[in-house]
Amino acid sequence: MTYPLYVPQEQIIKDRADFARRGAHRGRPAVVVSAADGVLLAARNASRALHKLSEIYDKVAFAGVGKWSEFEALRVAGIRYADLRGYAYDRVDVSARGLAGAYAQTVAAAFTGDPKPLEVEVAVCQVGSDQVSDAVFHISFDGTVSDELPWAVLGGAPVEAHQVLAEGWRSGLSLAEAGQLVRRALAEPIRAEAAFEVALLRRHQLGRAFQRLPELP
Amino acid sequence: MSALTPGYFSPGNSFIDFLRREAPEQLGFDSAASHISSTGLTGGAGAVPGGQVAPQATTIVALTYRDGVIMAGDRRATIGQQIASREIEKVFPADAYTAVGLAGVAGLAIQLVRLYQLELEHYEKIEGAPLSLQGKANRLAAILRSQLDLALRGLAVVPLLAGWDTSPDRTGPRGRVFSYDVTGGSYEERHFTATGSGAVFAKGSLKKLYRPAGSARGAIRAALTALNDAADDDTGTGGVDRERAIYPVVAKIDARGYSRIADAELAKL
Repeated sequence: MTYPLYVPQEQIIKDRADFARRGAHRGRPAVVVSAADGVLLAARNASRALHKLSEIYDKVAFAGVGKWSEFEALRVAGIRYADLRGYAYDRVDVSARGLAGAYAQTVAAAFTGDPKPLEVEVAVCQVGSDQVSDAVFHISFDGTVSDELPWAVLGGAPVEAHQVLAEGWRSGLSLAEAGQLVRRALAEPIRAEAAFEVALLRRHQLGRAFQRLPELP
Repeated sequence: MSALTPGYFSPGNSFIDFLRREAPEQLGFDSAASHISSTGLTGGAGAVPGGQVAPQATTIVALTYRDGVIMAGDRRATIGQQIASREIEKVFPADAYTAVGLAGVAGLAIQLVRLYQLELEHYEKIEGAPLSLQGKANRLAAILRSQLDLALRGLAVVPLLAGWDTSPDRTGPRGRVFSYDVTGGSYEERHFTATGSGAVFAKGSLKKLYRPAGSARGAIRAALTALNDAADDDTGTGGVDRERAIYPVVAKIDARGYSRIADAELAKL
């Protein structure tokens, strides 16, 4: 008589986490930083057509790294989520928090239930009327959400990038200073540097606050 | 808070298609139609049965000029013989380069504008680039066609679309005007057009006043005169109300996009 091979739960989770982490961190990184003039989003991106940063709603934006097809599907779902909410209630009732929760549930369900976990890391951010009311949510490949920091690092070498941001970030950072900080956080000493994809959720903007910038400020 | 359902991940870039699939109760077209037939409001009130129960909005004009397009709409809404509102607005920005004006049942018209605005924004966000002007015009036609059932029950909405064509390949004039019928027919107009109960009078007026290469100021003046002429002969249309300082909504769309002309400026014309 044969018994099914016993694999401890910890081992299964660990294997899936290793797989998902490797996939999510294989690509180039992205960073989201709250600054005085708004929330700055930047990503190393060699492609000009396949975006990593996107508008979601008036004050809400998205950044994703990892497998493009997977975070692109999340991005589109996020736009649908936000547009449906804004249509059913009002434009002011769309928040990053709600979307971060929906993403976390979705990514977590895929992590444990799907044949293969999602190889992505995404961030949802929202610009407020002042810097204290900005929100930056980081959702990792297993569905863990965190919003303690006024910045988020996706993919790449997160430890070093976090260190740069922790040392350089302060409240009231100007856009130019935030750009400098991002440039250091996303430095690529080993391989050839890819161009930056940059976007800004501009503070005190009526209506849609998301705009793409041609380069890091 | 629940996970996003599989419907959120299916292909497509239309918000209305998504609503129809995932939240049909929010769309309301089909449920409104069945409700009206079940309560028997369809018969008896002549050409526009819905006109007896729901406010109607009335004359919109649109005309091109040298550097763009002007769209103007009066401010009156009526229920049967009564005036429901003197300050309703019927001309809206559909996006940064497009204006949409609506005649017909006010409640449905306003919902249609919200949906249409969202449809264009949704497409732009998902695709990363806005729809072409012709694409916007076709999309509006498709939405109207989906409401044909309501229109046949007397709850018709007939829009006008005016926009600035930003396509780099465009060779003709960039300011363009489209008119519609309830079946979703879309017709590009070369110079000017009007919709609503006072449209016949407004068109007659514009026929005399229209200058193909005129200035914005001249076009706005022609639009206001056309609305006044319509108000003169049509009870459903309100003209310029100087006494209460209620002016038509006048939108200008040119290379810089949509802008609404301030009342103070209209007062001087």
